[in-house]
Amino acid sequence: MSDLKTVGVIGAGSFGTALANLIAENYDVLVYARRVEAIDNINIKRENANQPMHERVRATGDIKEVCETCTLIFPTIPSAYFREVLLQMVPYLRPDHILIHGTKGFHINVSEEEKEEDIKELGRDSIYTMSELIRRETNVIRVGCISGPNLASELSQHKPAGAVIASHFDEVIRLGRNALKSHRFQVYGSKDLTGVELAGSLKNIIALASGSISALELGENARALLITKSLGEVIRIGRVLGGDVKTFLGLAGIGDIIATSSSTSSRNFSVGYRMAKGETLQQILDTSDEVAEGINTVEIIKLLADHYRVRVPIISTIYYTLFKGVPASEGLRQLMKYPFDVDVDFID
Amino acid sequence: MQQPVTNDPKEHKGSLPPIIPDIEQWPIYKLSTKRYEFIQDIISSTNAQLLKSFPTTEALLDELARTVYQERIRLTEKAWKADPEDEKEYWDELKKRLVRISGITDDPKKQEEEAKEMLNSMISHYTNEIIGNFDPSIYEFASRALPFGFSRLLRSNLGIKFKEKLSQQFSTHNRFIYEGDLESIRELAKSHTVIIVPTHITNLDSMVIGWAIHEMGLPAFIYGAGLNLFGIRILAYFIERLGAYKVDRRKKHPIYLETLKEYSTQALHDGVHSLFFPGGTRSRSGEIEKRLKLGLLGTAVDAQYLNYIKAEKEGNPESAKKIIVVPVTISYHFVLEAPGLIDEHLKATGKEQYLVENDRYSTSFKMLSFIWKFFTKSSKIYLSYAPCMDLFGNQVTPDGRSIDKRGEEIDIKNYFLSGGELKEDQQRNGEYVKLLGDVIVKKFHDYNVVFSSHMVSYVAFTMLKKRFRRHDLYDILRLPKEDRVIPYADFAAAVGRVRDRIYELEKEGKIITPRHFHENGLHDLIQHGLDNVGLYHNASTLMRNKDGDITSEDLKLLLFYHNRLEGYQLAQYV
Repeated sequence: MSDLKTVGVIGAGSFGTALANLIAENYDVLVYARRVEAIDNINIKRENANQPMHERVRATGDIKEVCETCTLIFPTIPSAYFREVLLQMVPYLRPDHILIHGTKGFHINVSEEEKEEDIKELGRDSIYTMSELIRRETNVIRVGCISGPNLASELSQHKPAGAVIASHFDEVIRLGRNALKSHRFQVYGSKDLTGVELAGSLKNIIALASGSISALELGENARALLITKSLGEVIRIGRVLGGDVKTFLGLAGIGDIIATSSSTSSRNFSVGYRMAKGETLQQILDTSDEVAEGINTVEIIKLLADHYRVRVPIISTIYYTLFKGVPASEGLRQLMKYPFDVDVDFID
Repeated sequence: MQQPVTNDPKEHKGSLPPIIPDIEQWPIYKLSTKRYEFIQDIISSTNAQLLKSFPTTEALLDELARTVYQERIRLTEKAWKADPEDEKEYWDELKKRLVRISGITDDPKKQEEEAKEMLNSMISHYTNEIIGNFDPSIYEFASRALPFGFSRLLRSNLGIKFKEKLSQQFSTHNRFIYEGDLESIRELAKSHTVIIVPTHITNLDSMVIGWAIHEMGLPAFIYGAGLNLFGIRILAYFIERLGAYKVDRRKKHPIYLETLKEYSTQALHDGVHSLFFPGGTRSRSGEIEKRLKLGLLGTAVDAQYLNYIKAEKEGNPESAKKIIVVPVTISYHFVLEAPGLIDEHLKATGKEQYLVENDRYSTSFKMLSFIWKFFTKSSKIYLSYAPCMDLFGNQVTPDGRSIDKRGEEIDIKNYFLSGGELKEDQQRNGEYVKLLGDVIVKKFHDYNVVFSSHMVSYVAFTMLKKRFRRHDLYDILRLPKEDRVIPYADFAAAVGRVRDRIYELEKEGKIITPRHFHENGLHDLIQHGLDNVGLYHNASTLMRNKDGDITSEDLKLLLFYHNRLEGYQLAQYV
């Protein structure tokens, strides 16, 4: 019988590694990594994703071992592979497992045939947040999500930070907090699971936009304008998808936006930066070692906004720049001409 | 598969043989023999729960004062015939007592004790009011007498599993038609605890489902009956002895609600099968329930947890009884109270106003004439049973094993574990109840038997809505006669599209079509619907005019029957 002495982390990317180190201050940690190299990095070199490993962290390539050893597990898998990894866990997951994921992205639920065709619009039924995916694919009911301004590089340097854990279950929030809290890490709770997942995913779009502002050297006034206005768009679409406005004003929303929109160490920021410098999406993808969730999210949100008739000019502009080859500078010029009117229109 | 038994009045017409022939072995009977003990259990567990909610003497006194105040208001403003005669004295006395206790300021210990004593007295008062009084001889009498009285009206067709229904010959004399795997319910009721949760649209649902439970050969279930029904003495005499407990919807305060919940939890924990309408009241709009009242459902989750605790304490964790949930969608062509229900619905729409439970059937005569009209006038009634499931929506095999969505066995006890141990967590259980509510709503829709009458109403009203898309609902309901006419050809084409879509939905497991869908071509099916929809209302709900076109004499009723197919996204096919 598994107990709460060892906490599991699925995925050894930079966030998974940082999370493992944080939890290690309270519990033993067992990390599942797909690549042998990452396992060796953690177990032998004691350094992974440019972060030194805490002595209580151990890695394994056996996902079954993680599921059988731990009841509390943090999956930190990019959304594109989330389902695939989840299905490997399914045979070993029991109803008493608790999963708190740290993935800021969506899963699109469309058939293979539909994927071949050019999808014009997406409804809410066609996208799942990661917690919805877990609920759908497994018997685990006690799910949660961790989100917030948590740049892995800073966490690994033991700089102070905080995050929000969202779940419908008090128990999940409590256990997640016990696992993570320390003198250098604050953990807040939220019941708005969907809102926190949406905020975390949607802020990546803003990070992309902000990266473009830096590349085009448009200055901080322009960045503030863009961030604030795109936050409005994100909130409008987030509400339609079932999030609470308040959540977007907390750590998972504004908190995360402030951190990623001004940081060159943010993946999404650098994608926006390189995009504005004229690189094509393919060039960017070919030379990145980790996934920038924002790219997929932009496309998904554009399709959702079209479906629900939500006005999202900035997100559309990013979409056309990334996927349709419109130069970033041209997109921004168009945006400046857009007839905006009321400043704050997303709070009643 | 169980074969229907031959029809002989003495043999409980059409009934399946009882799964437990000896009434004295029924869980409800066993419970009635230890009535005093049972009452004490309810009182002590209710006390414990409430003292958790009101941990200080001050909080408790506040709550007692609120309760006394509300009860005295109720007695002056909403008195019912069913209220006991000394009810007013009881509450007047408590008021005096409260004043006295509040005055004890110099001895906090004494004040606390007296406040707790008063709480105990209220809980005891409520418990004695709520609890039923099952009487096997009355049950036997009723189950023999009723088949004589209603034999023609209630004759029904049992044991028909859905998949095989097309190969079954239905007798036209049969009023009730059962869909679903009755044999599994019968099997599970032998060693586990079954909760039947039907949709609710007419006051006669409880009689219909009560009759069905008897015909299925199940032991008597407990069920909550509105206290107003107990104002009719003859009815009160019977229903109390047939397993009913009293639910007073006027009482909304925590002390009463907690007592009611503890009653239900303890009875379920004691293995007594239970019936309740999770929608709370009748669906005013005619729609299938979309939102459920979670209070009583919550007692199922609590009872399941207690079952695991008990089994563990007894050193035999495998022996824990499982709570089995069986959603039932009941379909009628004709709902006697439809005009009143839809009126109340329209008055309440957009205002979220609380509907006062009315006392409309407060005399025996009115009630009996209502029942008589109902059974003489209504046409076929379908009871469609969703497969037996556990509290987490997993299908349960006849031997009580839960099977998850991938077909693997799953141990739901693990949902109550925290750190490897059974742990009480009200907040967690509350979330489980919400999920259970969602599952039941989905099953109600998936196992809804769509009638021709619902389909033609749906199409006609939707066509009017589309034609007058700038009008709001209330304008449409007031359309003049000449604007209500729908050319038959257009109507038939739309019905055809909707019917095809319904067949697709049926293939996806999202609805059920009855035999009359398959026996009739499109035009006959439309005629079948027109012939049956709200058949005995004064005004014709839907009809063909002299030119053969479709029209309605009562758009509110049309809306009511149309609403039955809300929630299937059919409008785009009209």
